[in-house]
Amino acid sequence: MIRLENLTKVFETPGGTIVAADHIDMEVPEGEICILLGPSGCGKTTTLKMINRIIPPTSGKVFIGGKDTTTYDTVTLRRNMGYVIQQIGLFPNMTVEENICVVPRLLGWDGARAKRRAAELLEMMALDSAVFLKRYPKELSGGQQQRVGVARALAADPPVMLMDEPFGAVDPINREIIQDEFLKMQEKLRKTIMFVSHDIDEAVKMGDKVAIFRAGKLEQFDSPDNVLAHPANSFIADFVGGDRTLKRLRLVKVSEAMNPNAPCVRAEDSLEKAASLMAEHDQEYMVMVGPRGRARGVVYLSVAREKRGTCGEHHFGLKATVNVREDLRTAVSLMFSHDVAWLACVDEEGFFKGYITQRGITHLLGATYRDVAEGSAA
Amino acid sequence: METLVFIYENIGMILELTWRHIYLVGIAVGLAVITGVPIGIAITQNRRLADAVLYTASIIITIPSIALFGIMMPLLAPFGYGIGAVPAVIAVLLYSQLPIIRNTYVAINNVDPALREAARGMGMTSLQRLRTVEIPLAVPVIMAGVRTAVVLNIGVMAIAAYIGAGGLGTLISRGISQTDPRQLIAGALAVSILAIIADYVLLWIQHRLTPPGIKV
Repeated sequence: MIRLENLTKVFETPGGTIVAADHIDMEVPEGEICILLGPSGCGKTTTLKMINRIIPPTSGKVFIGGKDTTTYDTVTLRRNMGYVIQQIGLFPNMTVEENICVVPRLLGWDGARAKRRAAELLEMMALDSAVFLKRYPKELSGGQQQRVGVARALAADPPVMLMDEPFGAVDPINREIIQDEFLKMQEKLRKTIMFVSHDIDEAVKMGDKVAIFRAGKLEQFDSPDNVLAHPANSFIADFVGGDRTLKRLRLVKVSEAMNPNAPCVRAEDSLEKAASLMAEHDQEYMVMVGPRGRARGVVYLSVAREKRGTCGEHHFGLKATVNVREDLRTAVSLMFSHDVAWLACVDEEGFFKGYITQRGITHLLGATYRDVAEGSAA
Repeated sequence: METLVFIYENIGMILELTWRHIYLVGIAVGLAVITGVPIGIAITQNRRLADAVLYTASIIITIPSIALFGIMMPLLAPFGYGIGAVPAVIAVLLYSQLPIIRNTYVAINNVDPALREAARGMGMTSLQRLRTVEIPLAVPVIMAGVRTAVVLNIGVMAIAAYIGAGGLGTLISRGISQTDPRQLIAGALAVSILAIIADYVLLWIQHRLTPPGIKV
């Protein structure tokens, strides 16, 4: 959807020639978020700004939807792209409504339609339109201003959005919240987004693809998991951090890593039945569920072999459970804090869904290395 | 005391002179806004031009008004405008250029670069950006420049009485030549009070013209 071909920017300065962006080649499919990531001065912002020609390219082309962007005049090009900057840039002399309506009005929308759109977008941003439409930017908190900035960029419903560290000016707590809301919105809207960031955690969380830049060159362009698991060189390995495997944990949900078998016993089942189930599944523990299926406790193999009676009489409390929608980082964190090697997975209402083990998690994380090894062995 | 009696007895004449004074300053500063604001906007494009223009305007303002009137007399006399309202208005126009041009230039230059970038990135042309963002944000500072020009030139216009422009300076000049302290004091008081009132009225206008989003 967005294709950069040999995109280059060279600055002539009194101190010498600076190549800010060096023959950048990449393609972002429609509906995906591509994070441009790298340290300061690596060329990621320059590359972004060459797409809407805030910085004119020295050479190379930008194709959007297959068409060369030089065939469009600059102003028309920009009006059809959403642009969000780090400092937000809401016009202080205009109300929130007027700010959001800027591009629609430039495109000739009539007033009523533009206003309806503004109200709709505020609701999408979890801001009460009745309260916020007529407010001025100075009356908003940083997080609210940033949401309005995103709403303003979405106003004319552009297919493409360019975002330059858009959440950088927001405090970390609000940033997490806004990132989550943005991802939820993107599930519905499926815009094609180029997103500049210098934060690897943000890149891993937000991106479908990550493009790592250094000193003007594109070093690696891949999915977040691949960048973390197979960094192309030592610079990238250092940049993503020594804990990159732990960062990969964020990318997988418990439901994906869960053991698909979910054997369990009921309170009225006998200990012998529990023991034989445990032997069958090669487990030393078995979750006990209530009459409707909610996780209630655990029966241990050692107890089941020695004692006689029902599970209900000889069970222990579950130290912790994990929701199937959480990511593996949360699961591992819970395992560490309760000193267990496995957890019972439950849904929103507490119904037992399956088991997740440390062994299972490390096996899953290792799959990508085994595939590569097999690939190179073949 | 006698001054108060004098004022009371001649209130009609004093008000007429006041009106003449306001009228002349108003036209002159009005014209100065029409020339000064566009020049101020234009010079934001070019730093060297800006320096040249501001330098020229600040030199003009150092010329004492009596001297300026003296210079204009032989220049305008061939057209029949050597004395009277015309040279007065021209002098006030020239003196007003510096505060208005400089305030406009500074105000527009001081618009947050992030706003400029956001406007460009959204697809506004330079003209649209000026009209919808930069000028509304510059209005408070421009109006402050206008206020400076008006208050300054109410004093200059008082001196213009000496070249026959009329206005409240007439009372002061007559007071001096006729050694009549009543007229002198009445004239001085009137000019001062006019300046103070003008400042307040313009401050009110400035407040009305400031976009609500940036009012302090």
